[in-house]
Amino acid sequence: MKLADAAGLLLSFLARLITGAQGHWYGCPPKAEQRIYFANHQSHFDLVLIWAALPGDLRAVTRPIAARDYWTSSPLKQWITREIFNAVYVNRQRTDDQDPLEPLVEALHNGDSLVIFPEGTRGNKGDPQPFKSGLYHLAEQFPQVQLIPAWIDNVQRVMPKGEVVPVPILCSVTFGAPLQILPGEDKRAFLDRAREAVVSLRSVH
Amino acid sequence: MGALRNLTITEQVGLLFVALFGVLALVTVVAFSRTLSERSDGQLAMHERFKRDLRAVWWGAVLFWVSWVLGAVAATLLFGIVSFVAFREFITLTHTRRADHRSLLLAFFVALPLQFMLAGSRHFDFFTVFIPVYVFFAIPVVSALGNDPQRFLERTAKIQWGVMVCIYGMSHAPALLLIDLPRYAGRGAFLVFYLVVVVATAQIAQELATRRLRRRPVARAISRSFSWRAWLIGAGASAFVGALLYWATPFKPIPALVMGFIAGATGTLGEFVMKALKRDAGVRTWGGKASVTGAVGVLDRVAPLCFAAPVFFHAVRWYFGL
Repeated sequence: MKLADAAGLLLSFLARLITGAQGHWYGCPPKAEQRIYFANHQSHFDLVLIWAALPGDLRAVTRPIAARDYWTSSPLKQWITREIFNAVYVNRQRTDDQDPLEPLVEALHNGDSLVIFPEGTRGNKGDPQPFKSGLYHLAEQFPQVQLIPAWIDNVQRVMPKGEVVPVPILCSVTFGAPLQILPGEDKRAFLDRAREAVVSLRSVH
Repeated sequence: MGALRNLTITEQVGLLFVALFGVLALVTVVAFSRTLSERSDGQLAMHERFKRDLRAVWWGAVLFWVSWVLGAVAATLLFGIVSFVAFREFITLTHTRRADHRSLLLAFFVALPLQFMLAGSRHFDFFTVFIPVYVFFAIPVVSALGNDPQRFLERTAKIQWGVMVCIYGMSHAPALLLIDLPRYAGRGAFLVFYLVVVVATAQIAQELATRRLRRRPVARAISRSFSWRAWLIGAGASAFVGALLYWATPFKPIPALVMGFIAGATGTLGEFVMKALKRDAGVRTWGGKASVTGAVGVLDRVAPLCFAAPVFFHAVRWYFGL
């Protein structure tokens, strides 16, 4: 077993110890289809939690996206995100010569599934912020890829912004029913509907 | 029964094993056979509750047995894990704010392991004061440093209460296992066994009595079933079973009866208190949010033990003048 695999097992064990990392599949079964999971974003721990909540065999084909500036700023962070999570790095600042979605498009062309946080940044309020347009563009380019909304519950209490050590509190990830762009639906309407789909999972028990 | 006392430890252990798991298996078979006949919805619901309680007793028995077989260090570790899981459930359903982050870390990663290490290393004098004196001083200080006065007293009280029940209470189970009593060396596990059995007996007897008696509840807003008479019957049953088990304990029959009463009475009262806490948190069981958080209700199961263990432990120490 490679070091990264062992570290991955250790990390998912720790995530389960600390949060329980329960995945609840309400709108769809956990299947190895190509998917884009999109979720609310409250903490750095979101990444670990949603990853640990996925069944082991889905983890290998599901790649979370990570902000390049933050997650490559130290060798350890880079090693964790690249070797364990197999993350796709994206630039948060849009530059003129490069489309920030390019790495995602490439990953989807490869047949990988993605985990994205369409708010773009971590919120610390209860409700997610308005979604950015990346999700819409990906959905437009890849109509065959399922869009799965996910609600991550409680994780802001585990590791609030600015803290580094997580407190053990039980969390869960609720996965909802797949979504599609309706014919003739414009960008804002779709993004709002996607956000609604995520928020509505909060009350599914 | 006096003859049982003169058996060697190994023989007593064997006898306990047969008696404990024999009775449990018998009860389980009887309960299972009764599910085969037709019953009304109300009876079914009661039967479900009984099955849940029975499962809890099984867990308690297995936990006891594993910790007995594996020895002191493993027992401490095992109860430490149970305490961790219970405290995690407690905190999940408790209102805390960002400013409590550090004090929660202190409770989980400093107070909990230290308390169990104190139990494991038999520093019982420090063990009994470490949480109520030092941790209860440190937690509000660390919370206050979080710079958030909103509901400060309430938040601190809730964290401290969780520490008291889930960590302090639970840690007395391995402490009982490890305590060195005069002429009773190496048999601490019998005390834990005695406690678990007696508390479970009290719970079951109280439950059965409640169904038969249908008394007016003492505190309807908290528990629809708790009545003093049912409680007394539960504690009486635990006293009776405690006296029957006296040969496994360092007590003579009459003190064993009293100890059984104390343990059973505090255990069921502890359960009653936990009901009040649950009502306050707005849930029916600690595992009630299971579909959301993955809590499985460990705290529901161990709460009576958490309340009974410290009282019992100190009663034992008083009895021996330690």
